[in-house]
Amino acid sequence: MSAAPLSAWIQGVACLGPGLPDWPATRAVLRAEQAYVASPTVLPAPALLPQAERRRASRVIRLALALGLEACAGAGAEPASLATVFASSGADGHNCSALCEQLASDDRLISPTRFHNSVHNAPAGYWSIATRSMAPSQVVCAYDASFGAGLLDALAQVAVERVPVLLVAYDSEYPEPLYSKRPIPDAAGIGLLLAPQPGAQALARISVSLSRDPAPPLADPALERLRSAIPALRGLPLLQALALGAPGRVRLDYLPPLQLTVEVQPC
Amino acid sequence: MTPLLLSAYSATTCLGRGLGATFEALRSGGSGLAPCGFETVRLDTWIGEVAGVDQAALPPAFSEYECRNNRLALIGLEADGFAGRARGLIERCGRERVGVFLGTSTSGILQTELAFRRRNATTGALPDDFNYRTTHNSFSVSEFVRTYFGLDGPAVTISTACSSSAKVFAAAARQIACGTIDAALVGGVDSLCLTTLYGFSSLELTSPRPCRPYDAQRDGISVAEGAAFALLEPAPRNPAEGSVLLLGYGESSDAYHMSSPHPEGLGARVAMEAALKSAGLEPRRIDYLNLHGTGTRSNDAAEGKAVAELFGRGVPCSSTKGATGHTLGAAGAVEAVICALALSRGLLPGSPNTERADPAIGIDYLLAPRPCRPRRVLSNSFGFGGSNCSLVFGVAG
Repeated sequence: MSAAPLSAWIQGVACLGPGLPDWPATRAVLRAEQAYVASPTVLPAPALLPQAERRRASRVIRLALALGLEACAGAGAEPASLATVFASSGADGHNCSALCEQLASDDRLISPTRFHNSVHNAPAGYWSIATRSMAPSQVVCAYDASFGAGLLDALAQVAVERVPVLLVAYDSEYPEPLYSKRPIPDAAGIGLLLAPQPGAQALARISVSLSRDPAPPLADPALERLRSAIPALRGLPLLQALALGAPGRVRLDYLPPLQLTVEVQPC
Repeated sequence: MTPLLLSAYSATTCLGRGLGATFEALRSGGSGLAPCGFETVRLDTWIGEVAGVDQAALPPAFSEYECRNNRLALIGLEADGFAGRARGLIERCGRERVGVFLGTSTSGILQTELAFRRRNATTGALPDDFNYRTTHNSFSVSEFVRTYFGLDGPAVTISTACSSSAKVFAAAARQIACGTIDAALVGGVDSLCLTTLYGFSSLELTSPRPCRPYDAQRDGISVAEGAAFALLEPAPRNPAEGSVLLLGYGESSDAYHMSSPHPEGLGARVAMEAALKSAGLEPRRIDYLNLHGTGTRSNDAAEGKAVAELFGRGVPCSSTKGATGHTLGAAGAVEAVICALALSRGLLPGSPNTERADPAIGIDYLLAPRPCRPRRVLSNSFGFGGSNCSLVFGVAG
């Protein structure tokens, strides 16, 4: 394909999912230094939010804020200055389900908070309020291709605007009856802080191009199940390359027939 | 930014299908708003409904995408011969070299709302014919459009509430600048559903009469639906006279509140300044502003303040939501097309239903349409979560 690759330096990484409590633990699993142990995702309290809102924060908001914070902390970056890209295959599944249930009942007077939390960009809004960031914030969805769509958007911003961009890819589950139609098993996601220049904390330089090569499965069957069940974790092969710290090429599932090829050059 | 050509564009709203109906309504000061009679919704408000959406079935090959939002998308694509122009572009560039960037806030969620009424009485399961991916999911409309044109390139839905389909222009412009794609099909599609009608009502943001943007007595929005599209491609060295160009974009976040704008309009101002900088223009070079102007007390006050600070009374402004209603995730694209009409056909739209512009807002607000030949215009779109986007368009020749 003729397009030039999109490049950036990875300054910070975050990961959170079932049995993957943070990036250091995920890194150890991806390096096969620790065995993967399945357990439900533990979402940290959103330290960024005021006390009252902390209790009310939904699972997607906790997830997205935790991922953003971990990626920034690893890079020593100040969240208030960062442009953001939030990529998710769905919004807040529990909130959506509750709204649809009530709108199908005789009492349609839904709660205003439920309504404003129903927008796809609710976590992006809470992030900007919590970090006081007035920087541009993008919110994308491409169903199962959402990780790749978010990565492409973030890399284009890095390349064109010449600014660091925080990518937060996340997904959360629907309750029944929607779960049967969209069976995402748990909340999980990946955060990447991407920059046009290498900083002191840079882990690697990546160059991403469109290709037709499908992503091979991950060797560990448990990790492969997560990769294929949760769209935001389609980025796990890239995290594995970062964890191993060796130069190489990984393939990420994107939008058939298009896939992404990522050249990884560790620092 | 390097200017991009809007080589084709079209809009479908309650004003009618395509550019002819839209322009005629803008020229005559007409409005497409009517008392809410949508589905089983019983609310004391006015809405902007597109006529005949339920009768517009998708071709059998695309039947899995059947939902109000995708039917509206199809109506919008087929207006003005836009789909034919898109096929021509795809022929020239190749199926992998044209990206799809569409904005929506609720996509086909109406399909889920209706499916919840048909749950299995014993198990609670949703009906077998309900397909989440091809209807409810935010990507449904982009996947439908990508499939409809047989495209193999990148595609994405941007969903930042009411700024969604303004931001698609910026996202597509960046991918074209990077060379990931040669051209893009951009736009916005949002359709009526219970979530937004009852939701805006719960926030006490819906007006009991047709919305009156920037009126001293304004009291809320008129929820509406719409589909608007444009083809974006690199501009030739000498674009034909009357060609419309995207000259700049600016994006920002309010960092203030989920459903209220920053009271000083700070985020709005940052977005407008960024768009002017991206276009390399001083504020005085702008000849018309298409305001976000929803008709709520807080939006118009905050936006008006930011516009007054940046432009003073020197630039004619109006919101066209008194004509179209608030098409939410489609508003950015609908109003981009209205800007394209203003530039190419020489008209500054007025503000139907607005009787007396709010004297507390120090801007040059147009109540009636004005024949005029603007050269450069700016369009504002702001959304829940404090997501702001401003676009600058110009005309060649």
